[in-house]
Amino acid sequence: MKLTKLGTLGAVASMALLAACSTTPEEDIVVVEEPVIEEPVVSGIEVAKMELEQNVGNRVFYGYDQYNLTADAQAVLRRQAAFMMMPENMDYNFRIAGNADERGTREYNLALGERRAEAAKSFLVGLGVSPARISVVSYGKERPIDPRSTPEAWAKNRNGTTTIIDPEMDMF
Amino acid sequence: MLRQIALAMTLAFAPVMASAQVEIDVTRGRTDPMPIAIPDYVSETDADLGGEISGVIETDLRNSGLLAPIGEEAFIENITNINVTPRFADWRVIGARVLLAGEVVDLGDGRVQINTRLWDVVGNQQVASVAYKTPRENWRRAAHKVSDFVYTQLTGEAGYFDSRLVYVGETGPKTDRKKQLVIMDQDGYNPQTLTQGLPYNVLTPRFSPNEQEITYLALFEDRPAKVYLFNIETGVQREVGDFPGMTFAPRFTPDGDRLLVSFARNGNSDVAYLDPISGRLQRLTSNPAIDVSPSMSPRGDKIAFASDRGGSQQVYVMNADGSDQRRITFGQGTYGTPVWSPRGDLIAFTRQHKGKFYIGVVAPDGSGERLLTESYLVEGPTWSPNGRVLAFHREEYPGGPVRLFAIDLTGQNLRRIQTPTEASDPAWSPRLN
Repeated sequence: MKLTKLGTLGAVASMALLAACSTTPEEDIVVVEEPVIEEPVVSGIEVAKMELEQNVGNRVFYGYDQYNLTADAQAVLRRQAAFMMMPENMDYNFRIAGNADERGTREYNLALGERRAEAAKSFLVGLGVSPARISVVSYGKERPIDPRSTPEAWAKNRNGTTTIIDPEMDMF
Repeated sequence: MLRQIALAMTLAFAPVMASAQVEIDVTRGRTDPMPIAIPDYVSETDADLGGEISGVIETDLRNSGLLAPIGEEAFIENITNINVTPRFADWRVIGARVLLAGEVVDLGDGRVQINTRLWDVVGNQQVASVAYKTPRENWRRAAHKVSDFVYTQLTGEAGYFDSRLVYVGETGPKTDRKKQLVIMDQDGYNPQTLTQGLPYNVLTPRFSPNEQEITYLALFEDRPAKVYLFNIETGVQREVGDFPGMTFAPRFTPDGDRLLVSFARNGNSDVAYLDPISGRLQRLTSNPAIDVSPSMSPRGDKIAFASDRGGSQQVYVMNADGSDQRRITFGQGTYGTPVWSPRGDLIAFTRQHKGKFYIGVVAPDGSGERLLTESYLVEGPTWSPNGRVLAFHREEYPGGPVRLFAIDLTGQNLRRIQTPTEASDPAWSPRLN
């Protein structure tokens, strides 16, 4: 967990160095090896997002036409609840997006996605997370993470995905 | 935004009712299409326009599956004056049953008059005639009206050629699709994107009964999806109501005064009326199951919807006040997207069973279920204004492009509707005024 954070900071620091090099007086030497990072900022929220996605687990998966939480899903949600209630994360709000695979009608899958996301939210609230911190959306079958039409892809696309809402971007 | 150009109709010739001799029964499957000859419309000043008008009519009638236009290379008589009785034998000998002879006259004020006579070349008589005056640039609509005239004369039923489709134009990869509202003529001409640059994807558009408004679902990234209204004249779009949760699956009631929607609250979706002016919801179902996709009968007395309250998703019908909810489909698999025929006698649906999707129809009492077409994915049927054709979207094979198709209620005449991009969620307009 710590290693990941440090590694990220290191990578960003080296990019900052490159950015600094490109502002030296020798303007006729143009270095185009790396894309210019204008303001490399590692804010707390970026670290938290990475932590959620890479270590806590931001996705839970559902069975076909199901919304009940499997043992695996519950384990992920327990980690998410602990993460949400860590003191350094108490300022963040979260959004759970419910998703369905393509094997259903558009309108039913919108309802199913909402039901899945609400099931995940209820579980988190049951573990002590304030319901006011979690909003729910459904994308139905509109936002597959795996574009293929295979059972494996469908299994991935039946998910609830938790994201941290950036307080500056959150207008709702 | 889109001008509705009024179409002046004059009965220059008194219409004569069709004799019983030349008639097409649209309820029969596998009827051999009736051979029809459609020479280029006669024009002294604008020969190109004459050919274009007959071309539009020919395409309409061929697509109907009920008529088989004969290639002009077979024609013997050259029609130069439509007010002279044709040489019937010349048309009979090339296999024609009916002849559509027309002319386009430049009225000198920017308008044209399109005169048409429909002849029964076996009965040696005129079936009927009709004339339309229209601004020249509006000739295509007038041609569709001639197609409707022919359809009506031969079948006894209203046509559907002078109508439009809205649909969702799809671009981009499946993981990041852009979905926009597009409107076009029924035959695929004049596609126009109506929702350029809006911060959401458009899903499930449906026409209002007066075809001036469209309701659809706006799918956002960062907040629940919402029902929207779009005015075709003004291009103004607005969200309906102000709710915390998702409202979706909108459809107008047949009087156009209200919307029927689903709304989701705490993991449960129910069916409700949504008043477009006050934004108020009036709940119709309160079942812990998923209740979605309401569609009202044309008489306004019943509502069909889909629910998984019985375990699998099936079609239910209830009274307009929500009472007497009863299941009408009992087959294997799941049933969704019920949509009431404009004639009131059938409900079309999407059925899913064993890895395939089907479009089918069933009577409102649950009898007479019939599957019309199947594919890897077919979804979201919409009725032609005369209730004889269904349009829907289809993905022929896993991962294949999504396209619009139409099929006759008989299950015959499956055909693709051309669109400039991939396309889904078609909705047929009512007959245009």
